[in-house]
Amino acid sequence: MSLFEKRLLRPEAAGLGAKLWRVSWLYVLLLCLLAGVGYLAQYSASGGSISPYAGPHVLRFGFALLLMLGVAMIDIRFIARMAWLGYAMGLVLLAAVLKFGNVGNGARRWLALGSFQWQPSEMMKIVLVLALAAWFRRASWERMGNPAFLVPPLLAVLLPVGLILKEPNLGTAVIVAAIGGVVFLGAGLRWWKVALLAGTLAVAAPIVYQHLHAYQKSRIMIFLHPSRDPLGAGYNIIQSKIALGSGGVWGKGFLQGTQGQLNFLPEKQTDFIFTILAEQFGLAGSYAVLGLLMLITFAGLVVALRCRHQFGRLVALGLTMNFFCYVFVNLAMVMGLIPVGGVPLPLVSHGGSAMLMVMIGCGILMSVHVHRDVEFDDAAEAA
Amino acid sequence: MPRREQRRSSVFARRALIIGGVQFAAFGLLAERLWQMQVVDAGRYRTMANNNSISARLIAPVRGRILDRFGAPVADNRQVWRASLIAGETRNVRATLDAFERIIGLTPAERKRIMRDVFQQRRFVPVTLRAFLTWEEMAKIEVNAPDLPGVIVDVGHSRVYPYGRLLAHTVGYVARPNQQDVKRDPQLALPGMRIGRTGLEAYGEARLRGTAGVEQLEVDSLGRVVRKLSRQPGVPGADMHLTIDAALHADVRAAMGTQTGSAVVMDVTNGEVLAMVSTPSFDPSLFNTGVSNARWHDWVTNVRAPLEDRSTQGMYPPGSTFKPAVALAALKAGTVTPKTIIFCPGYIQVGNRRFHCWLRGGHGAQDLHLAIQNSCDVFFYTIAMHTGMDKMAAMAHEMGLAVPLGLEVPGTQSGFVPTLEWARARHQLWTMGDTVIQGIGQGFTALTPLSLATMAARIASGRAVVPRVVRTNVRKDAPMLNLDPAWLQEVRGGMWAVVNDPHGTAANVKLDIPGVAMAGKTGTAQVVNVSNAQWNAGYHTSKWPWKLRPHGLFIAYAPYDAPLYATAVVIEHGNEGATSAAPVAKAVIEHVLRRDPARRNTPLNTAMAGGAMTADAAPTGTGARGAVLGGAGMARNGKP
Repeated sequence: MSLFEKRLLRPEAAGLGAKLWRVSWLYVLLLCLLAGVGYLAQYSASGGSISPYAGPHVLRFGFALLLMLGVAMIDIRFIARMAWLGYAMGLVLLAAVLKFGNVGNGARRWLALGSFQWQPSEMMKIVLVLALAAWFRRASWERMGNPAFLVPPLLAVLLPVGLILKEPNLGTAVIVAAIGGVVFLGAGLRWWKVALLAGTLAVAAPIVYQHLHAYQKSRIMIFLHPSRDPLGAGYNIIQSKIALGSGGVWGKGFLQGTQGQLNFLPEKQTDFIFTILAEQFGLAGSYAVLGLLMLITFAGLVVALRCRHQFGRLVALGLTMNFFCYVFVNLAMVMGLIPVGGVPLPLVSHGGSAMLMVMIGCGILMSVHVHRDVEFDDAAEAA
Repeated sequence: MPRREQRRSSVFARRALIIGGVQFAAFGLLAERLWQMQVVDAGRYRTMANNNSISARLIAPVRGRILDRFGAPVADNRQVWRASLIAGETRNVRATLDAFERIIGLTPAERKRIMRDVFQQRRFVPVTLRAFLTWEEMAKIEVNAPDLPGVIVDVGHSRVYPYGRLLAHTVGYVARPNQQDVKRDPQLALPGMRIGRTGLEAYGEARLRGTAGVEQLEVDSLGRVVRKLSRQPGVPGADMHLTIDAALHADVRAAMGTQTGSAVVMDVTNGEVLAMVSTPSFDPSLFNTGVSNARWHDWVTNVRAPLEDRSTQGMYPPGSTFKPAVALAALKAGTVTPKTIIFCPGYIQVGNRRFHCWLRGGHGAQDLHLAIQNSCDVFFYTIAMHTGMDKMAAMAHEMGLAVPLGLEVPGTQSGFVPTLEWARARHQLWTMGDTVIQGIGQGFTALTPLSLATMAARIASGRAVVPRVVRTNVRKDAPMLNLDPAWLQEVRGGMWAVVNDPHGTAANVKLDIPGVAMAGKTGTAQVVNVSNAQWNAGYHTSKWPWKLRPHGLFIAYAPYDAPLYATAVVIEHGNEGATSAAPVAKAVIEHVLRRDPARRNTPLNTAMAGGAMTADAAPTGTGARGAVLGGAGMARNGKP
């Protein structure tokens, strides 16, 4: 190892300035660009005005950006120590949501902070990644072959998934399971076990379907046959597709979108925000946004690959998956590829609490990046 | 770096790349999909966007009708032509409204209402522009269709009440739904939808409303329908059948004349309400389009309160019509027997208070039969005193008074009879005098005409009948009351004498039908106290201001020896029951016997069916009336 790298093994000795210097400002720039796209979209959704959506969007992003940089300064080893504590808090909040949801006016209004989608389940996605990474960080390749070693982390995934299913929120439960699965994969889960899990799921799916709530079944049925309920959820998908498709290659021009402007699209400022962009800026615009989202996703993978400790790698991988899930589920939904689920497009959709959680995730990712060379004091334990 | 670290980092790198690859592929899938939609299919989607060709229209369900017992509609739907705007089918709502204003005309208020509705509702929900179009206006809209994108003319349904104000209280009325209603059931936002606000329209709302249908249409850029894609017809509201006989109801209303009050007619065996009149009344169809402030003010300030349903909500002191219940309570308690004789000197002294009989000088020696016939107050003061308030109240409850009867009409009141427990709870000092005046139905007791009719029916049939106005498929006779038939017979005999004995208090209303007797009981309920001074000076309530005159009441049933129908008539401030309510009751009983809406297979009925020849020979009245009553005349006769 070179002398240069050795010096960097002790970044805790480095001051705040040095840490800031190590932040990937390119990544921050990409986030700002995405938020800028969000601003344009919100401006358009407001009918060409700053209120009610565009102004708050920028203000919230400014605040969230500061928070993200703050999180990035936290030592990753501290985050690793706090991982299980955070996970426990997440579980308690999830259980609380269930309890309050039964007592009060439904889970939707539990936290005065935000809407239904900002639930402890959003926080759970992050703390689950941290907890799993903390569990696996010392696991050698050989140890990953020991089934007993895999049982606790598997329970750590299934517990919140079960709670979220009870809410009930099928879409989020699947996303949480997918994020957990990716961390397992990164830690070195054997492929045949992956295949076994996939097989089990394939068998379980029809059984689970039987136990779904009527509204969830109807969502799936509406997705399969959008015209079955042209006035409910099916109406949204049809209108979303018309808006998207009619944008063409170059779009109808900024603020010229007929479908979005004419209020055909419900909830256009939240879940269906992408259609506003796609209608007004066409294929060119949607590819540009898609490219930007892809860059941010892969920047996360690069952080994971450049990290020199297993904890950081797994955290970066898991958080990248989290971001990717937001993006993919939202876009696939507005294009009519998967059922309507109520997942926002990160940093573009209206909604402060969702943005906050996304930016905290990005902050932790940046912390991994800033502290990519630190040494965990557990060489002795890692037998 | 240890080897195991190298191993797992290389495994991680490989797997991260695989995951990255999968994510890349997913992005590729999205990109491909975007290409497909925005390049390959862009033309199709653009056409759809330009025309918004998938347009869904909701079809308002037709509200269920309300039918009387013979199927005559008492609440029906009339087809009307109306113009609506589907905001989603026009590019510019304002421009369309401008054009509509030019062609048909719109007041600023209408325009404001339309703009508000357009912004509140989803784009494919039609908003009413004009509810009742004339033929000319309709033609104008059709001719100018290119200038009126999004405007459609369609057939709607408007609620009509063929019997108008006759059945307004019982049937109730519908009105435009408000914001809360729409929140509970979004289909109420559809033009023409109405919600039941009072009466049976409100009671039967769930079954009358129905479910909206959906029509998917392909429309061109002018909003003209190219073709229908699909149609889900929706479910029309179910009809509701009543026990009311609308024609009888009209006859009863006519018998009431200009007097304010109520008359209820009931089948004595199963409690089916055949007519339930409350006067004065109002025109329920006015609520359909909205009642003007002036008219509303007029209604609510009118001393005769036309909106109030007196039959089910009017609370009247029953006066002497309460005496049969007192008599039964005393018979049951054993404080009086048919042989008991009480001397009436014209008053009774209780402590330092003197309670007068209505007849100056008194009735002399009275047994129960005579006391009912003459409505002797002293007799009933005495037995009330000996029986006690709670036993009287218990018997009143058994007669269907002051207990919830469960009539389907919303807002039906039970009425009130005091008990000692009630007095204790209210810290009301209860004296013997309070009990004494309850014996003649004065004091705290207040009852509805409906419950008085129920009492008459229960006395007539000895069955625990419960009033019903909504007809069900099961018709069951009510169970028998748990009373000694001899007691009931004693009271019935007294009530027969009220009408049929030359000295009865209502001898003036003996039926003009040979062989058919009516039993009844008069009641005159004071609404203000008569002071001793007034009593001594002599007074004529008919010379008092209308508001201070006593209510006139009469309960009756007929035929006496095989009861079919019972009635209760209350004439507000009608002075004496015998002169105000009793003649109405007589007319009501004659009408109901003539029509015989229950069509029971009784000797009377058989006589009607086989009495065609007698009908022609009958000396009086219409053929039908002569047939029924003439035929029946042979079968029954007079006093028990």
